[in-house]
Amino acid sequence: MKHETIEKNSALMGVLIALVISVAGIAEIVPLMFQAQTTQPSPGVIPYPAVELAGRDVYVSEGCYNCHSQMIRPFVSESLRYGPPSLAGESVYDRPFQWGSKRTGPDLARVGGRYTDEWHLAHLINPRDLVPESNMPGFPWLQDKEVDGELITTKMRALRWLGDPYTDEQIASASSDVEGVTEMDALIAYLQFLGVANNGRAQQ
Amino acid sequence: MSNFWSIFVIVLVVGNILGMVWLLFSTSKGSDVNEAETTGHEWDGIKELNNPLPRWWLWLFVLTIVYAVGYLYFYPGLGSYEGSLGWSQKGEFEQAIVENNARKAEFYAEFKEMDIPVLATSAKAMEAAERLFGNNCSTCHGSGGGGAKGFPNLTDDDWLYNNDPASLVATLTNGRAGVMPNLNLSPSDVTVMAYYVKHLAGDEVSEHVQLEGKKRFATCAACHGQDGTGNKALGAPNLTDNVWLHGSRIADIEKILREGKRGNMPSFKSILSQDEIRLLSAYVLTLSSSEEASAE
Ligand code: HEC
Ligand code: HEC
Ligand code: HEC
Repeated sequence: MKHETIEKNSALMGVLIALVISVAGIAEIVPLMFQAQTTQPSPGVIPYPAVELAGRDVYVSEGCYNCHSQMIRPFVSESLRYGPPSLAGESVYDRPFQWGSKRTGPDLARVGGRYTDEWHLAHLINPRDLVPESNMPGFPWLQDKEVDGELITTKMRALRWLGDPYTDEQIASASSDVEGVTEMDALIAYLQFLGVANNGRAQQ
Repeated sequence: MSNFWSIFVIVLVVGNILGMVWLLFSTSKGSDVNEAETTGHEWDGIKELNNPLPRWWLWLFVLTIVYAVGYLYFYPGLGSYEGSLGWSQKGEFEQAIVENNARKAEFYAEFKEMDIPVLATSAKAMEAAERLFGNNCSTCHGSGGGGAKGFPNLTDDDWLYNNDPASLVATLTNGRAGVMPNLNLSPSDVTVMAYYVKHLAGDEVSEHVQLEGKKRFATCAACHGQDGTGNKALGAPNLTDNVWLHGSRIADIEKILREGKRGNMPSFKSILSQDEIRLLSAYVLTLSSSEEASAE
């Protein structure tokens, strides 16, 4: 073939460029969409209960992911600090996943159970009360707003439609589960839920 | 990976490499520069030649293809083929953990026979302990051990629990949960008792508060002791020393009396090894020893 043929025919060139740059994606990504390893939950991983799900939305809307990752990479130093490496099957109920790409603060993939609720509350109101060196902003206003039960029920229905195995009872009780729960309570419940199913500290 | 997807990947990868080889050679043309044709473009007598790719450049492309073939032979890449070296990310991580554990065992071996007070005098042990403290304890107790509201100061000589080595090891291993119950006091009793507690710590208060407070302190004495100096078995703080875990203002004390309070030091049994806990216990001792405190 003559390169002229391609260079003088922009439609053909466009098609060929698209083909070349998608080969790697098709070979590396498409098969993952069909692997049990990446689409099935790891042992012990369950969909977020109503309160934790509401907390996850607070986490996303407040942009915590701008400073915190949720993916422990397979290095000794990381596993000493944060726990065993993250598995793909731990993020199957995250839409979208919160792996993040920047660590101004520590990784939170397994922060569940590491601190007490009192600690999280004080820390989220003003991090510098506990960690004077911290540059994390405070989020005191989260105490003032309550979680919307109807919205959470709708979200759980939508997630079930996407394949998350919520039971009828869970959806029916979602609204009463979040009754009187503030965004702060929900966020703390979410943080305490992170990575506990697989934190495997005992085996370490 | 199932057979289908394995073949899917192999076909794509091999097909891609063969495609590259074909593309490279089908467009490289002959090597003779002198035979160059023009592209037919001409500006004021200057012609655009259509020379073949310089050879060194062509060979760079060939090299990347050879590299890819070698990589796919040695490392996993072709579907479920594991590569001749048997390398995997998981394997590399697990190997690194084994090596690190061996290094840790070697490091801690020399400290096994030392008692905790002796450990506290070993610079090498305390250097390691300082790092462990930074990683595991500093977010609650402060990077210097100075504590915060609700999280005890470890640098002073005021202890909620006993500070002998065995008790410290127990604190770190199993955690501690001091419970100040909600005693359902009436609002006026809450205020009286708050001022009375301040009185125990040395504040001047009215005679009425002294009398009423003393009477009602019987309920508190079970935990905080008859004279209010606390009980280290329960983690009930000394109320007479003007050191306040939850704040020294009347409003802070009233809040505790109205709502109760649960102090909670988490258990580190499953996070730290016994060796690490012993080093940290020694470190906590160095934080509060008076030489250290005056040196800072
Ligand atoms: C500007 C960046 C920034 C943002 C935004 C931020 N953080 Fe942080 N975060 C930090 C830093 C830095 C630290 C470490 C110092 C500290 O503990 O405060 C931290 C620490 C933490 C910790 C303790 C983790 C550990 O293992 O010690 C938690 C939990 C946490 N952040 C939660 C959150 C949540 C929830 C949000 C969103 C509401 C958030 N952060 C937003 C920077 C940030
Ligand atoms: C989640 C926060 C948190 C973390 C992390 C934490 N502590 Fe504590 N610690 C506490 C609280 C709260 C208390 C008080 C317990 C009580 O009131 O019963 C305490 C009590 C203690 C005491 C007893 C103090 C006394 O006056 O008797 C020691 C010693 C101690 N911690 C050491 C450590 C060490 C060492 C580490 C790190 C391995 C650590 N703590 C990590 C919250 C924490
Ligand atoms: C069942 C035991 C118990 C009884 C009864 C009890 N306390 Fe306490 N109290 C505690 C414990 C344990 C703490 C520490 C809580 C913690 O670890 O955070 C505490 C904490 C306090 C504090 C906070 C001290 C500080 O340093 O900030 C005050 C004030 C106090 N108690 C006063 C009282 C008074 C007044 C009464 C009686 C009306 C009383 N307590 C009855 C166990 C008790």
